[in-house]
Amino acid sequence: MLDHGEGWRPTASLDVLRRRARILAAVRAFFAERGVWEVETPSLSAAAVTDPNIDSLSVEYHGPGAPASRRLWLQTSPEYAMKRLLAAGSGCIYQICHAFRAGERGRRHNPEFTLVEWYRVGFDHHALMDEVAALVALVLGERPVERLSYRDAFLREAGIDPLRAPVEELIACARAHDIPLPPLDRDERDAWLDLLLSEVVSPRLGRGRFTFVYDFPASQAALARLRETEHGMVGERFELFVDGLELANGYHELSDPLEQRTRFEREAARRAAEGREAPRPDERLLAALAAGLPPCAGVALGFDRMVMLAVGAASIDEVIAFPVERS
Amino acid sequence: MASYSTNEFRAGLKIMLDGEPYAIVENEFVKPGKGQAFNRVKVRNLKTGRVIERTFKSGDTVEGADVMDVEMQYVYNDGDAWYFMDPNTFEQIPASRAAVEEALPWIKEQDMCTVTLYNGSPLTVTPPNFVTLKIVETDPGVRGDTSGGGGKPAKLETGAVVRVPLFVAEGEVIKVDTRTGEYVSRAKE
Repeated sequence: MLDHGEGWRPTASLDVLRRRARILAAVRAFFAERGVWEVETPSLSAAAVTDPNIDSLSVEYHGPGAPASRRLWLQTSPEYAMKRLLAAGSGCIYQICHAFRAGERGRRHNPEFTLVEWYRVGFDHHALMDEVAALVALVLGERPVERLSYRDAFLREAGIDPLRAPVEELIACARAHDIPLPPLDRDERDAWLDLLLSEVVSPRLGRGRFTFVYDFPASQAALARLRETEHGMVGERFELFVDGLELANGYHELSDPLEQRTRFEREAARRAAEGREAPRPDERLLAALAAGLPPCAGVALGFDRMVMLAVGAASIDEVIAFPVERS
Repeated sequence: MASYSTNEFRAGLKIMLDGEPYAIVENEFVKPGKGQAFNRVKVRNLKTGRVIERTFKSGDTVEGADVMDVEMQYVYNDGDAWYFMDPNTFEQIPASRAAVEEALPWIKEQDMCTVTLYNGSPLTVTPPNFVTLKIVETDPGVRGDTSGGGGKPAKLETGAVVRVPLFVAEGEVIKVDTRTGEYVSRAKE
């Protein structure tokens, strides 16, 4: 229903929006001081992500330079374009931009949102975690920093080994924590892990501290390097949780173009099998990896969520001017 | 009946779960950035009023419940059932005691009510938010008291008992908020 009354007004107070502007300036100063330079890459791309749990929005474009499909995708993050800059020799870079994801709307989600994404040449994911901690401390104030492997986080908060437990045990664990069970198949192991992460583990993380969770299951490595550990293969990926809120996701970046292509194709096949749109792999990113991505780590931080924590907001609507219903 | 995707979930939406009609009370979207999205919803069973939680995989669909709210006039009761009439078609349908139970203290014959129909028969009857009813029994008030600070019980013509200010007398007609069961004001007859 269209609201012709108060619907023109921002959902965030002007005070919060001014505070948001100051935080933006502080983030830019943080990177300037560290010699990381700001870049801008297109929001519209001829290629989309194959990520099985992220759906892209697209627009039609028929003008000069249009791709054969006449379709351009709104970026779900600036990752691919920034990696092309890194392969071209940019060195350490950051970007503050809008990203777009279909179907994501809730207290912590708006389909259009703001990311702070940056890449550090020569860093691994642990070195980058130090820098993420410094940035959030600057905005949210100092807190003790805690680092837990994904396995240890699940062992501590849910009493289960996420790398080894069979699906039946994951389901029993959800049941033991009174989580209403969604209609998931038994072969959707990662979805069961995501359910436990969302409902049991992450709500308890980052209480009064900054909690980094690192070394995700290999099946959730996304664009991170893999490493063999005594508990099995892991992806060198991390996430930051603050007061139960997932704030950042980073990788020790995969640079092998063949491995990357294999992952893209596997993801696209999975999407196709589920009857969902399966975009073609981004050949320009793969070509950039083939040309050589310098060893680096990168991270995307949810700027709106960081502002939510800074001002004590319960909903993203309190920190953005116009959420999708008022767009 | 239409089916709804989790993307269409919102408070008030009527859906079928395990063969029973439910109304969504609260819908929360939960998603790890790179992970599976879920909708965690609180739903109220429209027959029992019980609220339960359910988790759906985002994008899943559920069947809508054939539930609708219609304005109908309460006409009479025959001891077994309470009859409501559609003012347009003059069709009369019976409602069970369970369906009318919560409305009974507030309604008289001829009153318009909101009748929630499930597969065409009354599931619940909701009285108007405000009703005017006559006081049939209350203690004499204290002369001069107009503040209503203390209050006293008053029995209404429907049998309901509400607290009224001391200055309100037997035989008077008052306005009551049926959602809270509280006295609002005196009403002109």
